Amino acid sequence: MSTARTLDVRGKFCPIPVMETSKAINEVPVGGILEVLATDPAAEPDIKAWAQRTGHEVVQVEKAEGYIRILVKRLK
Amino acid sequence: MAEKKSKLSIIVWSGTVDKLYPAAILTSAAASGGWEVELFFTFWGLNSIRKDMLDVAQRQIDRSYEQYAQAAAEAISKMGFPKWYELLAQAKGMGNVRIFACSTTMEMFGIKEKTALADFVDEVVGAATFLERAKDSTITLFI
Repeated sequence: MSTARTLDVRGKFCPIPVMETSKAINEVPVGGILEVLATDPAAEPDIKAWAQRTGHEVVQVEKAEGYIRILVKRLK
Repeated sequence: MAEKKSKLSIIVWSGTVDKLYPAAILTSAAASGGWEVELFFTFWGLNSIRKDMLDVAQRQIDRSYEQYAQAAAEAISKMGFPKWYELLAQAKGMGNVRIFACSTTMEMFGIKEKTALADFVDEVVGAATFLERAKDSTITLFI
């Protein structure tokens, strides 16, 4: 899946990953994918909750070496 | 999905960092998700948003846990986490966050001008204003 932008919030803690995701999604075209790299264990549930609330979609979550990769699709 | 309208109202009474952080973190998460947020700073909370008290409050912790104050400060600094008031200012910059200062507490603490308070304060109001603004909140907290 091609990503329009990568947001690296590895080493950052709640609520920074969500705050940064919220800002970064606006820099991706509608329909585009924002890739978020995070180490905060709350990042996955929090970004999913944020996406549900703001009307975007978490299309993929992947565990990588020591971090997690979350792909968020901008829906509007 | 249509955005659900949600509103978080917090009376920030405490002036120690172990309570100011939860208020600031909830505000930031809410602002990120498009919530409306109303914060009413009163008593020790108000004292902590005096410009000259922002950093003092950052080092203060509830007395029951004071043996952890230094460890907490070191941990926060090691995490590279923003200070409580920086987090609040950031939240304000990104969403619908309104910050109020309690007029009675201002008088009690001898604060004459709003300019003595942090720049993120919108307005000096009283309890009636806060109640009216908070009455349709989804979540209301006293911290």
